[in-house]
Amino acid sequence: MDDLNQLLLGFQVALTWQNVLFMVVGVLLGIVVGVLPGLGGPNGVAILLPLTFGMDPTSAIILLSSIYWGALFGGAITSILFNIPGEAWSVATTFDGYPMAQQGRAGEALTAAFTASFIGALSGVVLITFVAPLVAKFALRFGPAEFFGVFFLTFCSFIGMGRENKAKIVASLALGFLLAAVGLDTISGDLRLTFGSPELMKGFDFLVVVIGLFGVSEILLTIEEGLHFKGKRAAIDLAVVLRTWATLPRYWATLIRSSVVGMWMGVTPGGAIAASFMGYGLAKRFSRRPDAFGRGEVEGVLAPETAAHAAGTSALLPMLALGIPGSATAAVLLGGLMIWGLQPGPLLFVEKKEFVWGLIASMYLGNVAGLLIVLATVPVFAAIMRIPFALVAPIILVVCAIGAFTVESSRFDIWLMLAFGIVGYVFKKLDYPLAPLVLALVLGDRAEDAFRQALLGSGGDLSVFFSNGLVSTLMILALLLLFWGPLGDIRRLVARKIGLGREAPLAP
Amino acid sequence: MADVSHPADDSPPASERGISRRLVETLVSLLLLGVSALALWDSYGRGAGWDNGPENGFFPARVAWILAIAAVATLWSALRREESVFVTYGQLRLVAQVFVPLFLYVLAIAFVGIYVASALFLVLFMVMLGSFRWWQTVLAAVLTPLIIFWVFELQFRVPLPKGPIEAMLGY
Amino acid sequence: MRLAVKVAIAAAMLPVASAHAWEPTKPIEIIVPFPPGGSSDQMARTIQGAIQKNNLVKQPIIIVNKPAAAGGEAMLDIQKSAGDPHKLITTSSGIYMTPLATKLPVSWKDFTPVAMMAQDEFVLWVNSAKPYKTAKDFLDAAKAAAPPLKTGGNGSKREDHLISVTMEQTAGVKITYVPYQGGGPASVQLAGGHIDANVNNPAEEVANWRSGAVKPLCAFSPKPMEYTQKVTADMAWSDIPTCPSQGLNVTYQMLRGMFMPGKVTPEQQAYYVDLFRKVAETPDWKAYLERNALVPDFRSGQAFVDFLTEDERKHKELMTKAGFIATN
Repeated sequence: MDDLNQLLLGFQVALTWQNVLFMVVGVLLGIVVGVLPGLGGPNGVAILLPLTFGMDPTSAIILLSSIYWGALFGGAITSILFNIPGEAWSVATTFDGYPMAQQGRAGEALTAAFTASFIGALSGVVLITFVAPLVAKFALRFGPAEFFGVFFLTFCSFIGMGRENKAKIVASLALGFLLAAVGLDTISGDLRLTFGSPELMKGFDFLVVVIGLFGVSEILLTIEEGLHFKGKRAAIDLAVVLRTWATLPRYWATLIRSSVVGMWMGVTPGGAIAASFMGYGLAKRFSRRPDAFGRGEVEGVLAPETAAHAAGTSALLPMLALGIPGSATAAVLLGGLMIWGLQPGPLLFVEKKEFVWGLIASMYLGNVAGLLIVLATVPVFAAIMRIPFALVAPIILVVCAIGAFTVESSRFDIWLMLAFGIVGYVFKKLDYPLAPLVLALVLGDRAEDAFRQALLGSGGDLSVFFSNGLVSTLMILALLLLFWGPLGDIRRLVARKIGLGREAPLAP
Repeated sequence: MADVSHPADDSPPASERGISRRLVETLVSLLLLGVSALALWDSYGRGAGWDNGPENGFFPARVAWILAIAAVATLWSALRREESVFVTYGQLRLVAQVFVPLFLYVLAIAFVGIYVASALFLVLFMVMLGSFRWWQTVLAAVLTPLIIFWVFELQFRVPLPKGPIEAMLGY
Repeated sequence: MRLAVKVAIAAAMLPVASAHAWEPTKPIEIIVPFPPGGSSDQMARTIQGAIQKNNLVKQPIIIVNKPAAAGGEAMLDIQKSAGDPHKLITTSSGIYMTPLATKLPVSWKDFTPVAMMAQDEFVLWVNSAKPYKTAKDFLDAAKAAAPPLKTGGNGSKREDHLISVTMEQTAGVKITYVPYQGGGPASVQLAGGHIDANVNNPAEEVANWRSGAVKPLCAFSPKPMEYTQKVTADMAWSDIPTCPSQGLNVTYQMLRGMFMPGKVTPEQQAYYVDLFRKVAETPDWKAYLERNALVPDFRSGQAFVDFLTEDERKHKELMTKAGFIATN
């Protein structure tokens, strides 16, 4: 109850007119940085940080965290419309969002994505409001072995589900791991797989690869079919929002599951990217129609968006309560807190009550404002599909090039984008799945680092991965998920055998 | 509004000639084998063993072996597959119409910066693939770089690659 | 044509240039060889804020993060930008450590040293739940421990690792060093009890210190820190004893400075030296120093170069002893 009173106090702080104005401005800016690939939440926040030095800390963090909300919302837009993830955590959104757009259901996909984001964020904020100190303590239990457990669980919930040729799935996964290994190895401090080239030294950035694999290759594939976008005759009006909302209650189980996965990953901090993949993988696992995934299933949009947004929001919790950044954006905000003279950590909740609760209240309000703003823009974005291909395609490619460049301010990355555009084109035509490659690229070296950190600590003893309840649970859960498919097959096989046995006497 | 052009080779008959899929499958498998060989060479060169925990080449080496096995498997099935068309020559021409300007664009960024290159790219693309009125093309080619400049250089203060023209203007 | 324009501009500027010193003519980029949110990034953004707030430069300041390859990417970029007076790079000891550890073909001698802004301290931190009260307690425990005690820190063959190994060699104990992706994760891992100690900078650990999760044993500096304002209920930065006074004869401090690309004119260099001297006097900068318990130590010109030469020699010696120098 005390918390509720505090929250009301927070709303009073957050609801002054200038704070609401900051919120709206922040969300709008966030959408812009979220839409532009390469410019992400961390950039948006970092760029505006110096402007806030003179501001009241509460207003400043409301402005900056609203950019974060906006970026979380905005990442989905280009994923759905052009198959280009605006943010790393919206890669999984492309799997079903883009096919939906091709079928003329862009409005529906966008509405689903935004609403799912909102639901995810809301669950994250509720978590922060009521159980912050408790959960924050939990995050401390994650050592390297536990981190490895989380990453392993993410892989297992996602892998082993493709319709594609098994050898091609494995090849794609292995290629992703190798690409992730290129560059400086954290554990040994040595360069790996760079072959003496200074360009390869920085490794393959996830976003650059994804912009090429998904965005550029999609344009090349589209043009094969003629010079136009599919699905451009989509009905565009705001009623699509209501129609989509009417179907959402059906997916309550997915929404809850993804929210839980997201909150878990945000706090631990496995991160929004891993959360989005895990949310997608689990939704497919538990769906009654797993084959519909990847072909424009609305659940495939809801699941990753809910998880990513829940994780993105929950990631602020360890930052406030412990001073641990749960995400890159949180790391920048953390820097901001210190510059404004606030010391993050448990004492923040005691010493700067109105700051903390003002921020929490602004999370509720900022997300509501964000949802309203992005929903209002659904028709605008869906209308982009009507612009002639010969105008939109070059602009998309220009934006891709800028996106690839801005990730690391490296011209070489634009070439990489082009190269991965060809790889994506060939792989898609030959039915090599791209999702395992992307997943391995984003989590591969982190999983490897965690594995080797754990073994350094244990002196090379592998039993560290089953040394306590938490990590054992993670590992067993992961193994269960990995063998879920084969187990199910065996069960079905056995059932059929028994069934046949029973029917056999009837047969003749 | 410019109408989308419908070239005669838009939807080719299934029997049309093109690049063999078996050939491309084989090439990709061989390339993947090559990648794994490179990774193996690099990893074993640096140490891929187990010294109180994995050395820094341990994982890349194991993964490269797996990649090699998968590549052999795809190569095997590629050689046994029935012949089909990977991409018809007509489609390839269309893809080249996008890819060649894109390649030139990336090349041009190195010399004239991203703004001028973008303008040229838009003109090339719109003239080659669209049927826009000249003023539409010019408008798009001028406005897009200007908007990008405003957003990135002026608002977000993110410097993008610039060339001699920007340098003359003091940027 | 272009040449003609340039000559004309140069001619027009010539009398001005001799009367006034050089001034930047376009936005100034500060390259940060670390990700957003890290301590170098915070320093750069504090400088950016101080310059903007006090109107020290007419042109805007842009911060570009290039964290790849332990800052190697950023250094290569500066090396390629020789002669560009609108680029700066923030530096730490990484400016000699990364090339030494990875055989990267760059050297600070190809750059133009502008100014050293401060030195950063390192402190030996342990989890509060542990019984150690002094550095000696910790080292005694390390001698007795099997498997060895664990320290953690930012990356491999970097400052934290170097201190850990030097500590091992000086005290004659065996310690396992676990590299993490940054000082932040190392701090959390210590608070969670997954490692036994870390050697983080004051700024990276102050939150956990105040919350009571960790405690400092000693500072790796020749003399105690100067900040006497209480940070926790009963301790200030100045109350942390130095490691040598506790019988652990290891000292290490890290420079925080600014470089320009090579081949810039002395006027351009002088402009930035003057600028950073002004920055160092702003209240924003002083507040930043105090918050992060940095040692104010402004150096420029020959004094800075001498410091760098000596510091690089020291690093080479320590790194050779620790076995960090790239051999292949």
